[in-house]
Amino acid sequence: MQTPDSFVFPNELHITWTVMIVLYPYITGMVAGAFIVSSFYHVFGMEKLKPIARFALVSSLSFLLFAAVPLLIHLGKPERAFNIMLTPSFSSAMSGFGFVYTFYLIIVILEVWLSYRRDLIEKYLTSKGFAKFIYKIIILGDVTNNEETRRIDKKLVIFFAAFGIPVACILHGYVGFLFGSIKANLWWSTPLMFIIFIFSAIVSGLAVLIFLYQFVHWLRKKKVNQDSLDLMSKWLWGFMIIAVILELMEVLSIAYERTERWAVLQQLINGKLQFTYVILQIGVFSIGPFLILTVTSLFKIKTKIRNFLIWCASGMLLIQVLLMRWNVVIGGQLVSKSMRGFTEYFPGIFEKEGLVVSFIIIIIPFLLLKFFDKIFPFFEKNKINS
Amino acid sequence: MEKMERRQFIKLGIFSTAGVLIGSFFAFADNEKKLEVKSYNDLLNYDWGYIVDTSRCIGCGACVRACKMENNVPDNYFRTWVERYEINKDEKIRVDSPKGAIESFKENNFPASEIVKAFFVPKLCNHCYDSPCVQVCPVGASYHSPDKVVLIDKEHCVGCGYCVQACPYSCRYINQEKGTADKCTFCYHRIHKGLAPACVNACPRNARLYGNLKDPESKIRKVLNQRKYGLLKAELGTNPKCYYLELDMEIK
Repeated sequence: MQTPDSFVFPNELHITWTVMIVLYPYITGMVAGAFIVSSFYHVFGMEKLKPIARFALVSSLSFLLFAAVPLLIHLGKPERAFNIMLTPSFSSAMSGFGFVYTFYLIIVILEVWLSYRRDLIEKYLTSKGFAKFIYKIIILGDVTNNEETRRIDKKLVIFFAAFGIPVACILHGYVGFLFGSIKANLWWSTPLMFIIFIFSAIVSGLAVLIFLYQFVHWLRKKKVNQDSLDLMSKWLWGFMIIAVILELMEVLSIAYERTERWAVLQQLINGKLQFTYVILQIGVFSIGPFLILTVTSLFKIKTKIRNFLIWCASGMLLIQVLLMRWNVVIGGQLVSKSMRGFTEYFPGIFEKEGLVVSFIIIIIPFLLLKFFDKIFPFFEKNKINS
Repeated sequence: MEKMERRQFIKLGIFSTAGVLIGSFFAFADNEKKLEVKSYNDLLNYDWGYIVDTSRCIGCGACVRACKMENNVPDNYFRTWVERYEINKDEKIRVDSPKGAIESFKENNFPASEIVKAFFVPKLCNHCYDSPCVQVCPVGASYHSPDKVVLIDKEHCVGCGYCVQACPYSCRYINQEKGTADKCTFCYHRIHKGLAPACVNACPRNARLYGNLKDPESKIRKVLNQRKYGLLKAELGTNPKCYYLELDMEIK
């Protein structure tokens, strides 16, 4: 706002990128993270992750299908969205978005399809009526299922999983690059941005998988696979340490350089972002899960308590990553390019780009995931019970 | 005799008034070459530039009002605006631009007796040679015209807002009604008829000047050859084409 001590350019009184742009990297982060986890099993043969690999893959798909929704809601002219692929201007980092997104979507769909083909054929053979018709469409009318086809399917799954890792990193690192390459913005402009985004993506991917995996099993009163959960929680611990340290080192290096940039950014950190960044993101939702995961990873505790603690930590890290997206996307826009003040933003509740719509956008992928479970069952029930 | 003197006096009066009028017509007439744009190649002879003389602006806001009327600029957004800088004896600085100075400036920020230096700075799109906004537009809707004016194809813009983020001068905004990006065009529709941009036309102090940088005889070239000037945020490598005379270090 324009106050005696603060000046913002007149066009900066309204910020351009709203909470919708906060949601996009949040959702794609979970997509990329979950996909990478599933690839660890498929590509690197980590058997401990087998119980969760399919779940991770289908989660990735359900999030990916909705990742572009907040962007479409935000566009001033959503009906022209395909211009980005029809007339891309390659001097712009954003012009590759449509291609990267579509390419990745195809990879994920193919991988899901190939890894479920066998199950889908069986379902097709056992189902009746309309369901049979749907399954016939999904399997493209091909019921060939023998040793040879299964071998080829598996090979292809490994290929797509391996190929998908760099593409997942590109999809999400690329979002970081979009922010990091804006030289006009003091808070965004850093080459580290895309690396920070990749690591935070893996954190959010692992966190959402652990959170849902435990939640679904609790709901179904089934036992979780302890090896798998322990391994993932240790990874979560490791990746969150890297993600948080990277982010803090970035701020530290700006602070140490003490240029004019820091003079402005320290006011941002100690002012407008103090609550969401310093207190919540770093104080509560980074240090908290770090301590919890340190305890669960290093000390022997009763399984039930440990699992609960891991569940809490993963939930907290999901909030931490959301806060990080908020602090980056909104925080960067609060700084006036006049370097003399800060603007204000709070999303409306019932507006087109408000909180209710945001909540719906976050919830829908989870509902879709529940629906997907009917077509692509995530967990092989017998094995979990054993 | 007395009658003759009166007649002579009136004659003299009429002739001298006519002389001053005709003389001033030539003295103040725009000596710039008239525009002759008949083909694409003619456009290549032009490179439109802009000069803001910060020592002449009085902050009346006539330019902001003229721009709003000429270009139908939505409320609370600005294609041009005027900033006021006031520095007091303790070297404290206050900058403001209430409603872009469309209603000019009312009260001083510091008591008048304490102000040691004050000036007004009109701002507008810099039409940079290396515009970050054109670089980042994902669909090619922002572009340089052949005569080096940064324009937006409103029929093609998707309204993503990436250009708004990329502009270091905050000269762009999303027109909420139209859903597309919007900004100063140097009144492209006017300059091609040989008319000055609305803001230049409205300025009572000639603090704003525009012209063809490619023409060595143009007024803008002559001023740039004679006066010292600065550029806004030159360190960002955008190569802006708005030249600020008497640019104070406080102006960003």
